[in-house]
Amino acid sequence: MTAHAVEAHESESERERDREFAAVIGLEVHVQLETSTKVFCGCSTDSATEPNTNVCPTCLGLPGALPTLNEAAVEAALKLGKAIDADVPDRTRFHRKNYYYPDLPKNFQITQYDAPICADGALEVSVEGDSREIAITRAHLEEDPGSLAHARGGRRTSIDAAEYTLVDYNRAGVPLMEIVTEPDFRRPTEVRGFLSKLESVLEYLGIFDADRDGSLRVDANISMVPESEESDEGSIPSDVLETANRTEVKNISSHKGAEKALAYEVTRQRNALQRGREIEQETRHWDESRGVTVSMRTKEAEADYRYFAEADLPPLEVGDWAEEVEIPELPEARRERFEREHGLGREAASKLTSTKAVADFYENLTTEFDSDLAATWVADELLGELNYRDLTTEDVEGRLDEFRRLISLVADGEITEKNATTVLREMLDEGDDPDSIIEANGMGKADDDEVSAAVEATIEANPEAVADYENGEEGAINFLVGQVMQATGGSADPGSVNVMLRERLNG
Amino acid sequence: MSDESTNDGATNEGTAADTTGEDVTAEDVTAEDVRHVAGLARVDLDDDEVDRFTEQFGAILEYFETLDDVPETDAEPDLVNVLRADETREGLRQAEALRNAPETEDGYFKGPRVS
Repeated sequence: MTAHAVEAHESESERERDREFAAVIGLEVHVQLETSTKVFCGCSTDSATEPNTNVCPTCLGLPGALPTLNEAAVEAALKLGKAIDADVPDRTRFHRKNYYYPDLPKNFQITQYDAPICADGALEVSVEGDSREIAITRAHLEEDPGSLAHARGGRRTSIDAAEYTLVDYNRAGVPLMEIVTEPDFRRPTEVRGFLSKLESVLEYLGIFDADRDGSLRVDANISMVPESEESDEGSIPSDVLETANRTEVKNISSHKGAEKALAYEVTRQRNALQRGREIEQETRHWDESRGVTVSMRTKEAEADYRYFAEADLPPLEVGDWAEEVEIPELPEARRERFEREHGLGREAASKLTSTKAVADFYENLTTEFDSDLAATWVADELLGELNYRDLTTEDVEGRLDEFRRLISLVADGEITEKNATTVLREMLDEGDDPDSIIEANGMGKADDDEVSAAVEATIEANPEAVADYENGEEGAINFLVGQVMQATGGSADPGSVNVMLRERLNG
Repeated sequence: MSDESTNDGATNEGTAADTTGEDVTAEDVTAEDVRHVAGLARVDLDDDEVDRFTEQFGAILEYFETLDDVPETDAEPDLVNVLRADETREGLRQAEALRNAPETEDGYFKGPRVS
């Protein structure tokens, strides 16, 4: 090879290497803090059916109206700070972020700028058995803007086709926490894991309601860097990060949506780079129904928010308050306690502490039933069947007593585990209670006479299998057990049928 | 309290001003500044208006500059932690909220289309 050819060869293999890219993702998450009233006025945060009914001169930005900070919103922020192990400054304050858009009645949003109430926190996320710590740069308090609807001729339409805008200020002033992470995510699954962990922590703290419309909104920054730049711990040099063009994906409103949107965006960027194209630095909109991200194509002027201190709100001294604020046991601690106290494996304990509602339900069951049995029925059966149906425990919150009843029937041996699973499925699909399902289907456990009769009948009807068993063919017993089970409609216990058959045949 | 004791407050204000970018003095106001501010406020100005506002912005900033000559005095004692209990208070009825709006539809404020 000539020197020239060697060089060409090397640069080719270099290009080959660079075709492998690692995704770099950072998040900006807005969560609604669960309070009764808005952050700067006494208007209710309940979702109203009529527009502009939870409003007052302050959240409408009427002249002369002054904001007063809601104590509960500050306390919620401090609880979050403690939970993510953040630094809370002794003194913090609010700023005005100025922009002119109809969702802001005052033409500015009250937010925090130079002294966020929480800084330098972290949240540990475990995905597919790998634990990773995601650094949280800052989390600050702010007010939500109002909501806009786009319309044409009295009908709702898309923003592009709209003739005019309809504005509802019910949400204006609802307390939000904006949580900003470092670009520590490498995979969309980690983002999903982070969001569900974050939600679970917020729920444990009692400062968040996942069921509220718009209670979680996510913007994600994403870029691709050559995989060779990634260290073993997954970190990437800051100069590499700075030179990579990134897109910002907006309009993500769920964990699943986040994973899908980012998986789409990773593929889109990787494909573009592999074809030698540049990634355009732009804002993209996640279109949930089509499952794609779309360029927003607005020639956005360079953001110029002209932040300045909000003089209508005196500063906040929260140092001592942050020390004193109490937080309950968090998911991680509860999982460890479950492993210790109830002898559970890590996976089962993780599932059982994934939401506060599940953990409370399980813990309540352990006072009455064997903790292993309760763990199996909640972690594997109930959560498994719910997950299969795309439901969560919140969807069946009002029926926990029915599940408790089903578990008690299993615990007391009144129904076989196999039939109990069938009952559970029917409970979820048909909405009936366990007792009526069992009665309607005759699934109560067969009594001993019934089982003995079935054993006799089976032996009678299957002389060949009986002969095989007597000639030492162990497998034949399983066939006979199956026949007895079938004859009793699954309501016999297979273990005891096995014993009965052996006793009868050996005797 | 001595005059120096007010410096604390002054430092705070200083930080706030920094966040707005470089300080603009009365002589510095250019037509470009006026166009930029008008753009942010979504106000369409013609050239005559830009000239007029450039002059007026300068004059307004000049008024504020005279405040630099006012001697510092003791500030009011700082207020901190003015908070409200999380209790709902009656606000405005929908009709009251919309009363001053030039246009409404179905209980909403109605405005021009946005991008």
